[in-house]
Amino acid sequence: MIHDTIIQLLKEIIKDEKRILTDKVDLYSYSYDSSFGVYLPDVVVQPKETKEVAEMMKLANKYEIPVYPRGQGTSLSGGPLPVKGGIVFDLSKWDNKLIIDAEDMVAVVSPGVITADINNAAMEAGMIYPPDPSSSNVSTIGGNLAENSGGPRGLKYGVTKDYVIGLEVVTPEGEVIRTGGRTVKNVTGYDLTKLIVGSEGTLGIITEAILRLFPKPQATKTLMAVFDDIVDSGRAITNILSSGILPSKLEIMDNATINAVEAYEPLGLPIEAEALLLIELDGHPAAIEDEIIRVQQVCESSQASEVRVANTVEEANELWKARKLVSPAIVREKPTKISEDATIPRSKIPEMFKRLKEIREKYHIHLVVFGHAGDGNLHPNIIADQRDQEEMRRVEKAVEEIFEAAIELGGTLSGEHGIGTLKAPFMEMELGEIGLDMMKRIKESWDPKNVLNPGKIFPEPGQRLVLTNG
Amino acid sequence: MAELAYEETFDCVQCGYCLPACPTYITMEKETHSPRGRINLVKMAAEGKITYSELEGPINLCLGCRACEVVCPTNVQYGTILESAKEFIEENKKKETPKRVKLFREFLFNKTIPNKKILNTVGGGIALYQKSGLQKVAHKAKATNILPENLRTFEKILPNAEGSIKRRKREEYYPPIHRPAFRIGFFTGCVMDTMFSSINTQSIKLLQLAGCEVTVIKEQTCCGALQSHSGETEITKRLAKENIEAFEKHSFDYIVNSIGGCGAMLVEYDKLFADDPEWATRAKQFAEKNVDISVILSQLNLPFEKEINRAVTYQPSCHMSNVQKRVNEPLQLLKSVPGITYLEFPKKDMCCGSAGIYNIVNYNESMELIDEKMKHLTTITPEVIVTTNPGCHLQMKVGVEREGLTDQIQVVHLIELLAEACKVEG
Repeated sequence: MIHDTIIQLLKEIIKDEKRILTDKVDLYSYSYDSSFGVYLPDVVVQPKETKEVAEMMKLANKYEIPVYPRGQGTSLSGGPLPVKGGIVFDLSKWDNKLIIDAEDMVAVVSPGVITADINNAAMEAGMIYPPDPSSSNVSTIGGNLAENSGGPRGLKYGVTKDYVIGLEVVTPEGEVIRTGGRTVKNVTGYDLTKLIVGSEGTLGIITEAILRLFPKPQATKTLMAVFDDIVDSGRAITNILSSGILPSKLEIMDNATINAVEAYEPLGLPIEAEALLLIELDGHPAAIEDEIIRVQQVCESSQASEVRVANTVEEANELWKARKLVSPAIVREKPTKISEDATIPRSKIPEMFKRLKEIREKYHIHLVVFGHAGDGNLHPNIIADQRDQEEMRRVEKAVEEIFEAAIELGGTLSGEHGIGTLKAPFMEMELGEIGLDMMKRIKESWDPKNVLNPGKIFPEPGQRLVLTNG
Repeated sequence: MAELAYEETFDCVQCGYCLPACPTYITMEKETHSPRGRINLVKMAAEGKITYSELEGPINLCLGCRACEVVCPTNVQYGTILESAKEFIEENKKKETPKRVKLFREFLFNKTIPNKKILNTVGGGIALYQKSGLQKVAHKAKATNILPENLRTFEKILPNAEGSIKRRKREEYYPPIHRPAFRIGFFTGCVMDTMFSSINTQSIKLLQLAGCEVTVIKEQTCCGALQSHSGETEITKRLAKENIEAFEKHSFDYIVNSIGGCGAMLVEYDKLFADDPEWATRAKQFAEKNVDISVILSQLNLPFEKEINRAVTYQPSCHMSNVQKRVNEPLQLLKSVPGITYLEFPKKDMCCGSAGIYNIVNYNESMELIDEKMKHLTTITPEVIVTTNPGCHLQMKVGVEREGLTDQIQVVHLIELLAEACKVEG
């Protein structure tokens, strides 16, 4: 428990007492994120300037109090959970800076700015900020940077780290540093920018970011292709990409997902099909008009049983509706959704689907698979009921096997959700003992007192996967 | 003993997609006042981790606008969770409440609001106060300063209520003017029929003009929304049964109202009887007949006689959009008025902070919400704000008054605008 004197010291740094929360209901409100586990912090603070963050970090470091940076708490891996008590830094209220510099083609933002707002502001200036995690209307850029979030556009445009060229960071010892800058090219010293991005709040607190913007594509085209055999859909993906076309989105839904959506809201989807691909092209209208025909031909020659091309925006929205309805559709029978993001090389998609099918049967779990097929970032989602202990044990085992399968196929534990608390036990399986140790050494040298987001990404002795809130 | 909707809280996967849609999360700036936060606190209370009195603050500060339900990707029944929490808190409080307060609540919710006679007297009082010029005298003398600020705010913007004599003159049966398009039972509401009774009268006349046969049955009573939102479930159920029984005796095509909030309560009557199959069936049949007036009028042709050459914006009622799910009908009807220039209200889906009696019991929070709303309004500068619910109507007037724009911006119910364009008297 934090002593009252610490609260007093915090009040000297944040003068506005409304931004220091100590009521029990407030502490419970910052005890969770979108993953699993409930952990009460001792106090929640809502900083709105670098100076406040730096001074509070100095204080925390001096008294060795754990600090957990947090955005809007949409994390699926436990990144912001205050697992060892201490102070939650709610940075989501610090949203006052969003500058679009059309000349340098960058956006300069404070950490609490909503991700979609950056893209919207960029679009007004004829540009885009491409990373588009599905939570982008809710999530903060600070959280996206900490977790290195991806999204459907990752295939063509990459993920968050590909757009960050400069940061202002408060170190665990409360110092303020700047990394990178406003230039695309910068090779001065170690690339600390890329080290901080995706470090899940374990190395520093991001207080400002400089993001690259891209020219706005003039138009988009959407196509849906249906396959009776999932191997054919994998072949179609490879053939599309090797034909010199790079779609902006390439999403897949498996048979279980198709059936769940169709049962939820009949859209006339093919319930017998093993796979459904949704493909979006963006670019010059004339170019994509030509390319969509070629994509259609490639799908047909790859044994697609049906191909639908949207001719209008409305028709495109209708096709994407199938994907949008996945979330409500799959939780109809049971409420608990375990959303994984194991990612494999593109060529291994059919093999991964086979493995997932075996896992589903072995553990008698309700498993649906959809995701960003273009970059191998699948979302196996297990639907269960967390009140059913026996079922959750089976789910935990199934998830472990999904991780093993991804790594065996040359992939990774996490494509875009992060490690947090949930996947920490599996880090060594992917990185090896030495690889993990090198990461730990970086953490120890940056944060010798282990005050910044302790309990994350590195496994505690004996830690295993737990998917309940008990 | 009331039970918290504990099982329903598990439907929330805590994705947080509701946060940007929640007005109180935006103005109060913490998770505790968000839908996800409140659902979690209900769960924590059910598990005994927090007490009912700790739960009370965050629950009472919820507007109940249910904008969160519309954006929820997993269809969490937030309304059910909220109402269960209110009932749970009320029952626990009653155990500790002094008799005096209990009697007042009983008087307000069980006797006054559902009782037309008492409300008529109150409504008559309002009309008399305004017509006699006392309102102006009182304003000038600052005599009203003795009222607490919240009541004083509303006193300034009270509508010109019809005197009870005029309202009592209303017929019970209005024959269709041309062919009978629909047979309609008109639901008057109680606060609406007191403070805005002329809108009810205009509604009936417009329905008649559009070819409907309209009956105003006397046996109808209060919808129970305010009682339900205050956790008084037993009173709500009693009122619901009275209404169901009253309307069951007739064979109307539709039961029509022009009150966004009451309409939302009526279409959800079946939820009140989840544990009573017989009444649930009757309630469902009743609920399915209830529609907002815009649904009927947008299907029929109104004989417009006059152009309304003004710039108009529309503030949807949350309960109309989020519970009744009538988003297009009122807007379509509004846009059909000849002569108007329609201006889109930025962030129009955000609650204005009226929310039943929220603006009286949570005055300061409610004023922050309306000020937030006005920030967006001033970017478009309309001449008229159109609403579809008396609560929103009063709150928008408060907002306009707070901005010092009373002389420039008029607030009207959609029905009043249609009546003007059709030259229908109140």
